[in-house]
Amino acid sequence: MIFVTVGEQLPFDRLVRAVDECAQKLGQEIFAQIGETEWRPKKIGYEKFLNPDEFNKRFVEADVIIAHAGMGTIITALELGKPIIVMPRKAALGEHRNDHQFATAQRFSKLNYITVAFDETELVEKLEKFSGGEKFEHEIRNIDPSPLLIKKIRDFLAD
Amino acid sequence: MSAKKKRIMLVASAGGHWVQLKRLLPAFDGYELIFMTTEAKYSTTVGDNRFIVVPDASRWNKLKLLWLACIILVRILFIRPDVVVSTGAAPGFLAIFFGKKMGAKTIWLDSIANVDELSLSGKRAGKYADLWLTQWEELAVPGGPSFFGAVL
Repeated sequence: MIFVTVGEQLPFDRLVRAVDECAQKLGQEIFAQIGETEWRPKKIGYEKFLNPDEFNKRFVEADVIIAHAGMGTIITALELGKPIIVMPRKAALGEHRNDHQFATAQRFSKLNYITVAFDETELVEKLEKFSGGEKFEHEIRNIDPSPLLIKKIRDFLAD
Repeated sequence: MSAKKKRIMLVASAGGHWVQLKRLLPAFDGYELIFMTTEAKYSTTVGDNRFIVVPDASRWNKLKLLWLACIILVRILFIRPDVVVSTGAAPGFLAIFFGKKMGAKTIWLDSIANVDELSLSGKRAGKYADLWLTQWEELAVPGGPSFFGAVL
């Protein structure tokens, strides 16, 4: 199962549409949380919003996550050890106020935490590769919060 | 620590800020926690802890921001937290600001999404945060935020 999420705050037609249009070729079950996206998928299951339990269930069940480069989704994927492909939102297309998702995506892919597709073509290419059984570009792992950070805060609180 | 548990107010907007705040929870074990966020649905994810929803607002809408400030000020006046913690964004900044003015200790952990520079609220929060943290080592500078690692 592939789980697509674009967050709840902003529409992301480009992402949902790209996945919907290549869904048949992929031949996998796909479900999308589309939020404010206007495009209505034809080939895949979708819901505008999911409550935290449903969202978590979909996330846990998925073999692959496809998402915008939102921190919430990226961290959840790392928490649950799920492979994730992100496509950053473009400010020039009105998908966000600025291009910070590009910076985030670049940095996290350099750390080998995520796989990035910078546009729809790349996204479809990568999806096809992985559906064909090819290995992900990034290392799949779950990551704990820095013990030093937790200790710093605990010490501060105890003061 | 005194016999009374310290009261810690944890503030984050919906989405990435909230997910990062939740990653810090091991640090708050044993304290009285009050969560404040902009998404009512999250109420099911905080166990028995107190949960408060505030409207979402950003610097792009001044009137809404002012309204949010009033709401947060009233909450802080009633709750009287010993510590205020936030990962962002506008509601978190306001909580840190009013919290500090009311004598609470304050922690700002800037979002890990800000890889090249601190968020705008993060920059402003520096003045009011007793513990001012970035999650990127390169962004830690003398007189600026410090770095002790990230939520992942």
